[in-house]
Amino acid sequence: MKEVYFYATCLVDLFFPDAGMAGIELLEAAGVRVIFPQGQTCCGQPAFNCGYWEEAREVARTQVALFPKDIPVILPSGSCAGMMKNHYPELFHGQADEAQVRAFSSRVFELTQFLVNELDVKLTDLGEPVKVTWHSSCHAVRDLGLVGEPKQLIAQLANVELAPLTREHECCGFGGTFSVRQPEISGAMSCDKAADAEATGASVVLSTDGGCLLNVNGTLEAKKSPLRVQHIAEFLWERTRAR
Amino acid sequence: MHADTEIKFRDSAAKALLDPQLRANFRRAMDGLIFKRKAQFPNPRDLEDLRDLSTAIRSRSLLNLPALLEQFETQATKNGIQVHWAETCDQANELILGILRSKGAKTLVKGKSMVSEEMHLNAFLEEHGIEALESDLGEYIIQLDGETPSHIIMPAIHKNKNQIARQFSQKIKDAKYTEDVDELTAMARKVLRQKFLDADAGLSGVNFAVAETGTLCLVENEGNGRMSTHVPPIHIAVMGLEKVVATLEDVAPLYAILTRSATGQAVSTYFNLITAPRGAGEKDGPQEMHLVILDNGRSRIYADPQLQATLRCIRCGACMNHCPVYTRVGGHAYEAVYPGPIGKILTPQTEGVGVRHDLIHGSSLCGACGEVCPVKIPIPEILVRLRREATHEDVGSQVNGKGTGRTATEDWAWRLWALANKRPALYRVITWFATRFGNALPAGAPLIKDWTRTRTKPVPARRSLSERVRAKGVPHV
Repeated sequence: MKEVYFYATCLVDLFFPDAGMAGIELLEAAGVRVIFPQGQTCCGQPAFNCGYWEEAREVARTQVALFPKDIPVILPSGSCAGMMKNHYPELFHGQADEAQVRAFSSRVFELTQFLVNELDVKLTDLGEPVKVTWHSSCHAVRDLGLVGEPKQLIAQLANVELAPLTREHECCGFGGTFSVRQPEISGAMSCDKAADAEATGASVVLSTDGGCLLNVNGTLEAKKSPLRVQHIAEFLWERTRAR
Repeated sequence: MHADTEIKFRDSAAKALLDPQLRANFRRAMDGLIFKRKAQFPNPRDLEDLRDLSTAIRSRSLLNLPALLEQFETQATKNGIQVHWAETCDQANELILGILRSKGAKTLVKGKSMVSEEMHLNAFLEEHGIEALESDLGEYIIQLDGETPSHIIMPAIHKNKNQIARQFSQKIKDAKYTEDVDELTAMARKVLRQKFLDADAGLSGVNFAVAETGTLCLVENEGNGRMSTHVPPIHIAVMGLEKVVATLEDVAPLYAILTRSATGQAVSTYFNLITAPRGAGEKDGPQEMHLVILDNGRSRIYADPQLQATLRCIRCGACMNHCPVYTRVGGHAYEAVYPGPIGKILTPQTEGVGVRHDLIHGSSLCGACGEVCPVKIPIPEILVRLRREATHEDVGSQVNGKGTGRTATEDWAWRLWALANKRPALYRVITWFATRFGNALPAGAPLIKDWTRTRTKPVPARRSLSERVRAKGVPHV
């Protein structure tokens, strides 16, 4: 039986555990044994992006140590997967454990990419007709080249109509510490994203990343919109699980 | 120091965000530019091939920069161009003033040049009794209002047609009010045409300098570049020292990607190759040509293998056009000569990473800039590097102002963050409290206060995923 590790990411652990559970269920439904090592915290990206590389490295090191087996590590986040896959090698460049970290990085996958490219999952839609829209996270697209996979999964769902955003690839304004260092600009970007999503007429916005979810949901809620952003794993699992 | 300056970009950006006219002007203009650029590259593979080639040419040029600059100087001098070197903007300004004074010149007509903006040349010359008139239409418009460029290619892009119509009717002698673009352009042309004929000297920037031939390449759309460089008896060009390429052959792909990335044009209306002043028996061209090559911190950038990529820039402005921050706040909010993403990495390197800490953190690191850059400058990676340099010093770093953006508050915040995240037991206690009592945090708490200006307060789930996974019995080894 195929085995994988699941890495929750701090935002999913704390704010979107339903999305994490759904990710695990989707993998298990595809016949994969999922291992969830306890002791997971954060990938280190906030400190890395702010230039505090020593602190980021200390944390990253404790995380890498939780995944000793040579099996894939699956993340329900494009941004954190991008950090572990593409930026860990940079962060550990010249360190004694660089080789070990590089080996770890090569095993990191974002969830939807793994479902499509490695597992070739086939989904059966059991839900009512619904219109959705798709917000692509910047790091998912630009760090991981994650463009087609989520849409391929959505396209497998017979009763789901996908209405594109006008500015699908534009940042939602989260940007980690950016949202508190530059709250005005970040807020303006978030409001525009929320308005774009509302204009599609969709009843749910889907995304891969907890940061975007937290940001756009908070914005939609503040403007009292009925629209919400949902993690794609949660949406897929809700529509395909046998009840 | 950095606490004061960090407010600068944030404040001016916040002010800009409250101006609906400004936001509409930028959004409309940037959307148009994005669309036109995209139309120039129907096949994404052709675009990637051209980006690869252009990146290789610029990287190779920088690799050989000292030798190419020498070769260029020798060749240009042979052609009759007088080459001058300036380490600082002050030196460059003095050099130009010296040239103008030696000829008794009182008026200078200028083609567009961002390096001259960097030098604040107009103000300097005016202080010394010399009139410097901008002849690029956009530059002319902003000069009438005493403004600086809000975009490196389209300096007056923050204004719309109606605003310009009002401005012309007030500031140009005998001008009537019209919103007809052709008529507005004709008004400016009438003023400028006479200025070209009367000016004692002309000034221009340089897009590429060719080492093998000593040629200066100038890309423009209005013909004002050609007029400024060919009609007055003296032509002074200014350029940053990174502009040199080896051969004319190197210019073709760079020109092709420059105009397509900048304005979505396959070619510009004018492309000038200027190699020498007027020769014996020739009927036009300046009698005298000077070139001022400016360093202003570039050689310090050049010395760093990673940061050197900053100097690959061909000043197309595509990073601004595609930037979600720039699109919303416009160019003036940056309070820097070069706004937008390229300005965010260039300005802190020339002015100091501590004093312009505001700019290096004024990015969500979305990566749109790096994605469109024709010479693949890794702007987000460089921003992260500069954030590190602002608070730490890399071994052997030559970054201007390294370590001067450090504050005890931020140091402590990251130390505590690391402490919590590298001790799973501690992290578990914190998340336990956050899930049970996270909602109890007051909306006015630090960080949350800023977050909740436009959003509801984030509330942790009632049980963390780690807890739920344990309860469900998902294997942990």
